[in-house]
Amino acid sequence: MSDPDLQSPTATLETSAADTENTPPQRRRMTLNMGPQHPSTHGVLRVLLELDGETVMRAYPDIGFLHTGIEKQCEALTWQQVVPLTDRVDYLSNLINNLVYALAVEKLLQAEMPEAVKMMRVMLSELQRINSHCVWLGTHALDIGAMTVFFYCFREREDILRIFEMFSGQRMMTSYIRPGGLALEPPRGWDKAVRKFIDAFPDKVDEYEELLDKNPIWLRRTKNVGFVPLNDLIDWGVTGPMIRAAGIPWDIRKDEPYSGYEKFDFKVPTRTENDVWARYRIRMEEMRESAKIVKQALEGMPDGPWQANIPRVTLPGREKMKTQMEALIYHFKIVTEGMKVPAGEAYQACESPRGEIAYYIVSDGSSKPHRVFMRTPSFGNLQSLPAMVEGKLIADTIASMGSMDFVLGDVDR
Amino acid sequence: MISDQVRETPAVSALIARYPDAVTAGDVHLNELTLEIDPGQIVEVCRFLKSDQKFVRLSGLTGVDWYPAEPRFEVVYFLHSMERRSERIRLKCRLHGEKPEIDSVTPLWVGANWYERETFDLFGIRFRNHPNLTRIMMPDDWEGHPLRKDFPVHGHRYSYTDE
Repeated sequence: MSDPDLQSPTATLETSAADTENTPPQRRRMTLNMGPQHPSTHGVLRVLLELDGETVMRAYPDIGFLHTGIEKQCEALTWQQVVPLTDRVDYLSNLINNLVYALAVEKLLQAEMPEAVKMMRVMLSELQRINSHCVWLGTHALDIGAMTVFFYCFREREDILRIFEMFSGQRMMTSYIRPGGLALEPPRGWDKAVRKFIDAFPDKVDEYEELLDKNPIWLRRTKNVGFVPLNDLIDWGVTGPMIRAAGIPWDIRKDEPYSGYEKFDFKVPTRTENDVWARYRIRMEEMRESAKIVKQALEGMPDGPWQANIPRVTLPGREKMKTQMEALIYHFKIVTEGMKVPAGEAYQACESPRGEIAYYIVSDGSSKPHRVFMRTPSFGNLQSLPAMVEGKLIADTIASMGSMDFVLGDVDR
Repeated sequence: MISDQVRETPAVSALIARYPDAVTAGDVHLNELTLEIDPGQIVEVCRFLKSDQKFVRLSGLTGVDWYPAEPRFEVVYFLHSMERRSERIRLKCRLHGEKPEIDSVTPLWVGANWYERETFDLFGIRFRNHPNLTRIMMPDDWEGHPLRKDFPVHGHRYSYTDE
């Protein structure tokens, strides 16, 4: 079904026009424009569906409605100014975007972070993963008709956003993880807030499962839907929970550990069914595993500075700046012209809630990046949509699209 | 220039044995392996790395513009092997500015489709044998290729005021 020879949108419309003349009226194909403002596309995605009755014969995703030229803008900003843009790429996993950018820049700087910074970054990105999966579960279930789950998931999401607000002053666009460390010192009493949330969270996952696991409508709408052979998934560039639901235990946190993930004890859940149901189960297990990681980070959080001390990169402390000449000079240089990153290129991959997120950064040694390429998971995942829905029922299109968990900001950048 | 460290990498030594003049340079920097490939042989090299050396995934594909230097464009391929302990290889092809063209790798990976369309859209690099080389991010009637260095960040054609 995966036809690499996809036609352009206009061509698709023409074919269907020719169809109408030669085929009997009851076999006429209809071209349906799904989106760009369809609620279950979760953003502005347009899918051209060519229908034969209820069956999708062809699907052509048309993207780019949310293209904001972030990669171009990065080239006009200094290294630190890029951080707020990374938030806006995948707006459901901002901290992980911050993290992958920070790690890529730190790779070029060959800077080592203090243990406390690494641990805090891991804890925050796992909270972010729970947050993102909560939004996914709520909206995916809403698409398929289970409304209650949405309210439950957003209740937990709200708690996590409050924690983020406590840390950074912002609920969503946190920009909290930056090259060189964290943006601010962790607030007083953060550990109590996180502990309160994480102790209660596993029970909340049980609640979601109670609502869905034995729900006959949910089962009928998810089982054996959205199947794509494993080799095709790899060729399409699909990553993350979707590939783990097809049986490959590939998780970048395990295979290429970053920011100290090798110290944590967690499992990589896999399943073999490779359908919407399996993807749902994988994400539920991932929420539990993430909760375990947050707990371990909370127990083992060392004391220490929340920023690395790298002259010319991180701002010196206020006290130092007022008393030492060098510190004052560095402060002035960093603020006025920005930090400089040695020439070279780095590719840093992280595991986002959606799959492999990687930044390829090219520096020419100046205070602005020469090129920032964002290899975003949603872009690769969404590409496999035609393979997943062609030849199936149109109602299953909604379920399949939901199971991909794409974010259009992440696709279009 | 291919450094000895690069030559000793199993995948690279196999590649050089099979296609002696395909690799024009190679380097390991920050533990990342980069190979420069002759643009005419990119499809053969990718096919060899995919089928013989188990680099089954094309993680991504993009361009870099070094304007005003020539050859101006780099097309960068990120290959990844899940079986070889998550090994990664970066392939680069340099293309001249006046008519940047290279063979498409869509016959090897269907997923290269959108990446090549994006690179075409934003850099103006043409991919031969691509099934549907149209704009993907920008509107169909857009002029120019935004990620080129000689394309302005602000003030392109449109004025947002009445003046």
